[in-house]
Amino acid sequence: MYEASDLKKGLKIELDDEPYVISDFSFVKPGKGQAFYKCKIKNIFTGSVIDKTFRSVDKIGKPDLMEKDMTYSYEDGENYVFIDDKTYDQAEISAELLGINTNFLIEDMAVKVLFYNDRPIEITMPNFVEKTIAETEPGFKGDTSTNTYKPAKVDNGYEIMVPLFINIDDVIRIDTRDGKYADRVSKG
Amino acid sequence: MESQARNDTLRLRAKLLRAIRFFFDQRGYTEVETPIRVPIPALELHIDAMPSGDHFLRTSPEFQLKQLIADGLHNLYQIGSCFRVGEKGDRHHPEFTMLEWYETPGDAESVMQTTRELLLYIATELQQTSKVSWQGQSIDLAAYESHTVSELFKQYAGWDPVERFDPNRFDEDLVNLVEPKLPKDRLVFVTHYPAPLAALAKLHEPKRKTAARWELYLGGIELANAYDELTDAGEQRQRLVDCADDRAELNKPAYEADPAFLAALERGMPQTGGIALGIDRLMMILADIAKIQAVRALAEE
Repeated sequence: MYEASDLKKGLKIELDDEPYVISDFSFVKPGKGQAFYKCKIKNIFTGSVIDKTFRSVDKIGKPDLMEKDMTYSYEDGENYVFIDDKTYDQAEISAELLGINTNFLIEDMAVKVLFYNDRPIEITMPNFVEKTIAETEPGFKGDTSTNTYKPAKVDNGYEIMVPLFINIDDVIRIDTRDGKYADRVSKG
Repeated sequence: MESQARNDTLRLRAKLLRAIRFFFDQRGYTEVETPIRVPIPALELHIDAMPSGDHFLRTSPEFQLKQLIADGLHNLYQIGSCFRVGEKGDRHHPEFTMLEWYETPGDAESVMQTTRELLLYIATELQQTSKVSWQGQSIDLAAYESHTVSELFKQYAGWDPVERFDPNRFDEDLVNLVEPKLPKDRLVFVTHYPAPLAALAKLHEPKRKTAARWELYLGGIELANAYDELTDAGEQRQRLVDCADDRAELNKPAYEADPAFLAALERGMPQTGGIALGIDRLMMILADIAKIQAVRALAEE
């Protein structure tokens, strides 16, 4: 069980046998009074957000989480299928639970899959993926500043803002944690 | 936070400390430094101290400052770090800076007057105007209102904690129902706390249902806590004993009732008003900053 003082934004907890992630967190304590931990918690499966305030004496459920190394195999309608290389077990995760990661998955990519009570709920990708620019306005030669950005699309249609000097066929690295441009790998 | 903005904030903080010192030095107060590392921490219900070897880091300098007052050093002030376990958030930093001062002869009212003068002085000294803007809220430091706990709870929480105190409801209703309704455009003094929350303040005679304790809110932020200081050694000892029992019931670490502090009260402490004010939170308001981490150098995230 977690102590109330363990609570923080991004922490996964279990409430009424459901997994939640703390999406917002506020520590409140009048000077001579008791502490309150005011949270907004999001149900990982349904996505619904509720307000929940904990007191310092409260104990909060720790979800039974397990991480496995798996490989992305293919997309099957709304679900993405991952395979355990050793056991050939499969895990399916919906596009909704994967979030922006659906834009970066490449066949045979190695990821870590997080299971809650044997149900896959989340994946951790490599921090960066390389993608080729398919569409963008031409940049000006010699403009190497990274301060001004322009819209671009990579080969799978994912839209991203890139520096002005990036051109079609350039290979760039995207930070999978926020989906933003990181740097250029090679020119097209 | 950008280095430039951070450095500007720290420069403003230096100005704030200078202004505070000037204000008190001009009035003949003595600045003191009591130990940060103490053998016995202050005994309070919901405040836990960080151990430091066989000592503790102080959670407040009150128990030490009162010993100095009992020994004849009156009208003193201290600016320094205090440390509290498990207090971390946008308005809480585990190490924070407290200003405490004690006025002799003084009481809760005289300290309130000094507080208003101090804040007005600071505002005009730092920015030439009594008005500050904090998170889109304009605050006039020359304006103030005063309300009793009983009045506020009856109006916003639907019950009177002075008539019948409920420890399970008080804090929750204070933060959820009362605090959000306090005016944010001026100093708001919340006064006459219920007797069970007297802490180290005298009770109002003869009914003894309320304490001569007030707190100051600014922009919705709890900024200061003040007392007509309890000088009766016997009553103080009993309160510490009761507090120790309450802490034990909540399975909190046990602290001794500080014998040096009680001995000082036995020797005799004069009629005194005292106050603790959060310097970091005052900085947040003066610098228009939402998070305490941004007003302290090298703060913990």
